[in-house]
Amino acid sequence: MPNIEIDGQTIEVAQGATLMDAAHQLGIFIPHFCYHKKLSIAANCRMCLVEVEKAPKPLPACATPVTEGMKVRTHSAKAVEAQKGVMELLLINHPLDCPICDQGGECQLQDLAVGYGGSASRYAEPKRVVKEKDLGPLVATDMTRCIHCSRCVRFGQEIAGRMELGMIHRGEHTEVMPFLEQQVTSELSGNVIDLCPVGALTSKPFRYSARSWELGRRKSISPHDGLGSNLLLHVKDNKVFRAVPRENEAINECWLADRDRYAYEALNSSERLTQPMVRDGDKWIEVDWQKALTQAAGALRVLRETHGGNALAALASPHQTVEELHLVQKLMRALGSEQIEHRLAQTDFSGDTKRKGATWLGMPVAELNQLQRVLLVGATLRKEQPLIAQRLRQATKWGAQLNVVHAADDELNCRVANKLIAKPTAWVNALAQIAKALLEAGASLPAEVAGQLNNVTVSDAARAIAASLQDGERKAVLLGAVAQNHPASAQLQQLAAAIAEASGAKLGFLSPSANSVGAQIVNAQGAPANDAKGYLLLGVEPELDVHDGGQAIKALDQAEFVVALSAFKGRVMDYADVVLPIAPFSETAGSFINMEGRLQAFNPAVKPQGEARPAWKVLRVLGNQFGLAGFEHDSVEAVRAEALPQGEAGVAARLDNSIAGVALQSLAAQAGLERLGETPIYQLDPLTRRAPALQRTQDALDAACAWTNGGVIERLGLAAGNNVRVRQGGAEAVLRLCRDDRLPDDVVRVAVGPLTAHLGARFGGISLEAV
Amino acid sequence: MISRIKHFFDTFLLTELVRGMALTGRYFYARKITIEYPEERAPQSPRFRGLHAQRRYPNGEERCIACKLCEAVCPALAIQIESEQREDGSRRTTRYDIDLTKCIFCGFCEEACPVDAIVETRIYEYHGEQRGDLYYTKDMLLAVGDKHEAQIAQDKAADAPYR
Repeated sequence: MPNIEIDGQTIEVAQGATLMDAAHQLGIFIPHFCYHKKLSIAANCRMCLVEVEKAPKPLPACATPVTEGMKVRTHSAKAVEAQKGVMELLLINHPLDCPICDQGGECQLQDLAVGYGGSASRYAEPKRVVKEKDLGPLVATDMTRCIHCSRCVRFGQEIAGRMELGMIHRGEHTEVMPFLEQQVTSELSGNVIDLCPVGALTSKPFRYSARSWELGRRKSISPHDGLGSNLLLHVKDNKVFRAVPRENEAINECWLADRDRYAYEALNSSERLTQPMVRDGDKWIEVDWQKALTQAAGALRVLRETHGGNALAALASPHQTVEELHLVQKLMRALGSEQIEHRLAQTDFSGDTKRKGATWLGMPVAELNQLQRVLLVGATLRKEQPLIAQRLRQATKWGAQLNVVHAADDELNCRVANKLIAKPTAWVNALAQIAKALLEAGASLPAEVAGQLNNVTVSDAARAIAASLQDGERKAVLLGAVAQNHPASAQLQQLAAAIAEASGAKLGFLSPSANSVGAQIVNAQGAPANDAKGYLLLGVEPELDVHDGGQAIKALDQAEFVVALSAFKGRVMDYADVVLPIAPFSETAGSFINMEGRLQAFNPAVKPQGEARPAWKVLRVLGNQFGLAGFEHDSVEAVRAEALPQGEAGVAARLDNSIAGVALQSLAAQAGLERLGETPIYQLDPLTRRAPALQRTQDALDAACAWTNGGVIERLGLAAGNNVRVRQGGAEAVLRLCRDDRLPDDVVRVAVGPLTAHLGARFGGISLEAV
Repeated sequence: MISRIKHFFDTFLLTELVRGMALTGRYFYARKITIEYPEERAPQSPRFRGLHAQRRYPNGEERCIACKLCEAVCPALAIQIESEQREDGSRRTTRYDIDLTKCIFCGFCEEACPVDAIVETRIYEYHGEQRGDLYYTKDMLLAVGDKHEAQIAQDKAADAPYR
């Protein structure tokens, strides 16, 4: 390992390290713009020039590998002269508009110009002006400010997996622009805002609303997908102004998905519920908490006395905190009801009795990068788990083989080794084929599964996937949200577990919600039914969250009394009888357990709006209203200690993906058109649904269409681009028909959303006809 | 001994009284500096720091670009600004308030302003009958600026060579 000397300090660094790495280890700062630890080295800004002994000219620290005995001076007269020269060059065309630039105050160029810039410019000629680019609703541009560091371009190529921004022309005419005036559609696009060292790329929703120095920074945890990205909420005047990533190498690294970054807009939405309200006929009356709670508890008590405890049901969102979910299940069980559910989009609960613990990722998130073989089952990965997709993309770069079983051959922006694209009812058969191929190749399958595979014929694709899985080490079989919500989910899990066992892979569940694992740990699940007399809704929008929105609305309409704890108004005002305003994640304390079983607690960033209160307090007082014992907690920590007596260690002990004893009954695919009903990326939870910028993205617009392949469109005599009537069960919806030839035959992709909420279940027969 | 003799003569000859009367006499004939306000006014520097004003460009566009440097520099925290993107895409304030009961008239806001939007005028004769009257909003500040623009521009021009 080479020994080198930097600014008089000697250090031994790894072979192949750069001077920038070495200086970093010594805590010496070398000014830079284009260098970023997560991106490849470009060495095009030249700001990191340092003096190296015996080198005739200064060398860029980010691109110079260390060699034995190197003597480096980062702040010598020669180095500083070079750095000042570069700074003067960069400032030639950089506009002096810091006062109106959103980056002002957190700008690397501004900061370094203080140290290395001249007090006045020698450049008197007109400055360059660059035409503005439209990158979509999330990222604002001021391309005149660009210093061509190419970080955003490299981010697209290396992290997001698709080069949506590129550099054209040369010299002074260099411009960063999207291809052919397209917008940037990546679900990770917001990260270019953090990467941009100047104000060329800034946040569009945040534009001009505050300056960086007046914002307070509060740590928080993202309440959306199961990853639990670490956030910093920037707040001012009791309002959240933006969300930026908090670096955590084990979870989100330094990235953030757009969903985590922009959903904060909903926190200040005009749809926020800020006052308890009770229904009086068709009118809503604002009342105080005391009256609302008395009325809610009184009505539920009457229902319990007349119909028994099990006539009450609770639907809880898995985006609520561990503490809230613990209290809601405690309340319902104390009232004598087992009807509590957080797995709202799930239909197949037959696996519950065959499993021993809570489903989780099966490994730490950071291990995903090291995987060599992956089988991805029923996961619309980029939309479900944008940052997990990023990690698997990095794994494929190092040679990992990614195998996919899904009903849509979506672009994953990375190399996919083998894929088996089939309609949802054919998935059990597809996994059975892979299992049988493994069996034929000599792997040992659990006997109970092997015995059920006699009538399965193995396709070449399945054989290729099996061969891929048998090879290599560090393997995983991952089940996505679509597989978890599949009507034959337990059978898929059984087969996935068998494949994992036969190939020596780990079985993992990609938890779709922030607290899917936590909800299982506190046992906020029971026997869901549709005929309860009284409902308690916790942060749920049943028409969009429940697997069959139409049926959910019917169940709520026929119920005698519905109490909704919600942060937002909306459809809930149609069927609820009492609405209680609760605080969203930014206004309450709590904790989430992410998909790797990590317990992450957070504190409120701002005070609750209006009369809204943390849901754990509301549930505790509801418990008091019923006169129940064990609802005396005076802090969120007390609730957490009760819910998780052994803390994170107790969580780890209860994570177990193994499943056994499920009979494979759905080996034959059904004929006819089938719906593929996913939760779109920006319909995941009540927050994302109300984030205006996210709802203007291409992803959100695409999700509101019905998609099918050209063969189906031709067969039915329809035309892509026109509206079609989508019929499912007794309900119908009119949607725009779009063509996607990467969908297999007989699959119609109709995602869950406001237009399709009343349609039937997310999977099953569907028909299309011209309007 | 000597001091006792000196004290005797001082007392006897009333020297203190004479010295006092001499001072009185000197000021009696000296040039007067008292002015008869409000008929007479003291001269003012072009840098006088009185009531604040918000300026406009000659085409009527407000100068302020909501950079919030004045808010950041204000030692008395007297300035409150909220901003957003105006329909034409420019950066503008939706709120610009100065609490004159907090303001210490240090002039830092004027120093910090990159576009000469917030200025302190020569006006010092203003009052409020209630506390809230001295809470100046954006409209009030712009009105002050509109009314006194000629004077403000003249003062800025006079001070320009020293900046």
